[in-house]
Amino acid sequence: MSEGRQIGEVILDLKNISLRFGGVKALTDISFDVREHEIRAIIGPNGAGKSSMLNVINGVYRPQEGDIVFRGQHHRDMDTYEAAKAGIARTFQNIALFKGMTVLDNIMTGRNLKMKSNFLLDALYWGPAQREEIEHRKKVEEIIDFLEIQHIRKTPVGRLPYGLQKRVELGRALAAEPSILLLDEPMAGMNVEEKQDMCRFILDVNDQFGTTIVLIEHDMGVVMDISDRVVVLDYGKKIADGTPDAVRANQDVIDAYLGVAH
Amino acid sequence: MSDDVRQPSLSTFPRLLMHHAKVRPGHPATREKYLGIWQTWNWSQVAEEVRALACGLAELGFKRGDNLAIIGDNRPRLYWSMYAAQCLGGVPVPMYQDAVAAEMIFVLQDAGIKFAIVEDQEQVDKLLENKAHCPELAHILYDDPRGLRHYNQPFLHGIDEVQEMGRIHNRNHPDFLDGEIENGRAEDVSVMLYTSGTTGKPKGVCMTQDAFIEAARVGCEFDKLGPEDNILSYLPMAWVGDHLFSFAQAAWGGFTINCPESGDTVMTDLREIGPSYYFAPPRVFENLLTQVMIRMEDAGALKRKMFHYFMGVARRCGAEILDGKPVGAGDRLLYALGNLLIYGPLKNVLGMSRIRVAYTAGAAIGPDLFRFYRSIGVNLKQLYGSTETCAAVCLQPDGQIKLDTVGPPAPGVEVKIADNGEVLVRGKVMLKEYYKRPDATAEVIDAQGYFHTGDAGFFDEDGHLKIIDRAKDVGKLANGAMFAPNYIENKLKFFPHIKEAVCFGHDRDRVCAFINIDMGAVGNWAERRNIAYSGYTDLAQKAEVYELIRECVEQANAELAHDAMLADSQVHRFLVLHKELDPDDDELTRTRKVRRGFIADKYGVLIDALYSGKTSQFIETEVKFEDGRKGKVSADLRIAEAKTCPAQASKKAA
Repeated sequence: MSEGRQIGEVILDLKNISLRFGGVKALTDISFDVREHEIRAIIGPNGAGKSSMLNVINGVYRPQEGDIVFRGQHHRDMDTYEAAKAGIARTFQNIALFKGMTVLDNIMTGRNLKMKSNFLLDALYWGPAQREEIEHRKKVEEIIDFLEIQHIRKTPVGRLPYGLQKRVELGRALAAEPSILLLDEPMAGMNVEEKQDMCRFILDVNDQFGTTIVLIEHDMGVVMDISDRVVVLDYGKKIADGTPDAVRANQDVIDAYLGVAH
Repeated sequence: MSDDVRQPSLSTFPRLLMHHAKVRPGHPATREKYLGIWQTWNWSQVAEEVRALACGLAELGFKRGDNLAIIGDNRPRLYWSMYAAQCLGGVPVPMYQDAVAAEMIFVLQDAGIKFAIVEDQEQVDKLLENKAHCPELAHILYDDPRGLRHYNQPFLHGIDEVQEMGRIHNRNHPDFLDGEIENGRAEDVSVMLYTSGTTGKPKGVCMTQDAFIEAARVGCEFDKLGPEDNILSYLPMAWVGDHLFSFAQAAWGGFTINCPESGDTVMTDLREIGPSYYFAPPRVFENLLTQVMIRMEDAGALKRKMFHYFMGVARRCGAEILDGKPVGAGDRLLYALGNLLIYGPLKNVLGMSRIRVAYTAGAAIGPDLFRFYRSIGVNLKQLYGSTETCAAVCLQPDGQIKLDTVGPPAPGVEVKIADNGEVLVRGKVMLKEYYKRPDATAEVIDAQGYFHTGDAGFFDEDGHLKIIDRAKDVGKLANGAMFAPNYIENKLKFFPHIKEAVCFGHDRDRVCAFINIDMGAVGNWAERRNIAYSGYTDLAQKAEVYELIRECVEQANAELAHDAMLADSQVHRFLVLHKELDPDDDELTRTRKVRRGFIADKYGVLIDALYSGKTSQFIETEVKFEDGRKGKVSADLRIAEAKTCPAQASKKAA
């Protein structure tokens, strides 16, 4: 567990990012930064380019133009593996878990990058491999305890309700002990109670582990409540950036969400 | 305790603890599942933990006569806090952990709480919310630091931190705590348990060390409980049953208590621990059985057939075999086969394979439910008692189990029936007083020293006590026939589809009932029949569900018709409520007993509709969510008629 939450320096700086799929402009000249330990929300109407933005950050998409500065290092684009290794973990809008595996095993897969012992030792479950496995298992159990999902640790994920699957996915992302956590609509499709739980977990993660969080969310109440700064996209362009209160008062944002009279 | 029964030096719980630490230091005393692994503390470690905590509390200013609030799920350190408070001559006051903040104010004020030990952030938040109303509250200790890092109130302490202080204190004053323990007297109050407040404000029931030790001793000797036994501690710590079984008896018998990982994992934890001694209110047994039945419905045809066939065998002879009564060789053989194929595996799944003694109490248990567990070989027994009597008035001895009685009075307890049918109790296990309520104390303890239980009952020909209902609930129908609502409700509640029932009939010409369906069982039933529903309220009002409930009610009526005393109590009309009765809405007590009077007031329109012959009635009800917010539920409730049977001359005068 890291020190307390104190918003620090810029850890991730995105400069003039443009992304096109053929003739479709997904993102046009977008710049914003993320500071260490903050909760940064990306909002916008459907098709605004929010998920594309996350995909650029962890290297799934390669922008045609722009510059990504991560921890002081310039990247033209990110590489998924490098991103993960550098401590960027994420969850997906459509849950991407191994449905037939248990909760415990699913979260264990999040430890993948941290596993060092070789195939042979693993197969024999001997010496360092055993010690490592116990170490990882302990970490996973801590996450299970943290997310309060002890009662389903041995349940195959496919049998769980949606809200719990989302929680397991968060658990898997946490297992990588990320410094930046990208959450793609962590609360989509949840009922009020599940949303409240999820909010609490996100805040707890941010607070206890000092994890920087970038999240996409549609529920305005949630976004305004938990984020430190909000960036608003519309049709692939950035239309506002600032504190929740500032963004809420921004005329462009109101127009984008409520429409404009013609 | 087997080794040295009734030493005068063992007259308080702290002394018992130190005794175990000396006699069986390495024997497991407490287990808790943490990070998926069962962690064990032996008696000597527990004694050390308690010593550190007690010294720490003393350092903070906790002293003789102070009350210590304990709020949280069953956590080892919360159990140890009880010893710690007692070591210093203080009184632990366990409180219901699921109470909302406002409900706690009364007890906090009434008991003059200065120190509280709580489980986690949730409980800390509740206390902070109440702090303005409880100016005396000086220190809050918490077990689990999660989420509390930014709370910098100077009166908040982690238990670890306090124990660390305590260890230093103990090094500097090594004789301090032993001296304090020496000062403890058997007549000191050992614990204060608040009544659930079925009627009016809760009252603090003061029990002496002597009373609980006596209750623990009697219980342990009665069922031969010793250090090798294991119990799963999962019921609210504020409930007298848990205090007796998980604290007092464990302290006397020296057996191991096991704390589950969380409320949701109890079933798994039960299976892993395989306790030898088990306690649950009827509701838990009922839920387990409902789950088993639902899952059997989903099982393959062969398994289902086997299950039903062997359950038939068990019904015929299982309970008799358990009681050691003569049973034919054929049945014995079949039962043995059934044990191999069905009962054994079933008990294993339920975590009941190793159970030697299981008790139920708190409410009447349905005879069929009771028989089910006994017939598969679980030695389930009933006991009778209340918070005021350490839950130890009557116990059923092995081999003399009757379905509808609670057994003969426990050794050393005197029970007598008053002229009005009320059960009176006298003995060591009685309360000392209600805290700061001499008026209430005088009301329940009469000049001869009898405690008035408020229950109506009588002794049967074997000297076993039979409880019918709360004395004040027993009423009369307009025609003068006896009306025992609880009795009828219990009959209804035994049907797996009915979760809760509330009957009305006092001073009326006939009996009518509110029904709560069991969401799990009825939901499953509906899915099986392709009945679509959106939630509880919708499901409850389906015509098919009414039909299902009507069958249950009519079956209960048929049974009631057999009993000459109760034939007039058959349910004529009923409705299915649009919401589940909930302690958060004050409709049930925290121990989930129906608050009849409150419900009658709240749903007055529904009762009028039941008796006026209407076929439906609109109702809107406010509901409270767990976080204290409020919402509304409204529905148009149907009202249905149920057939009644003509009273039959009671052929079997049971």
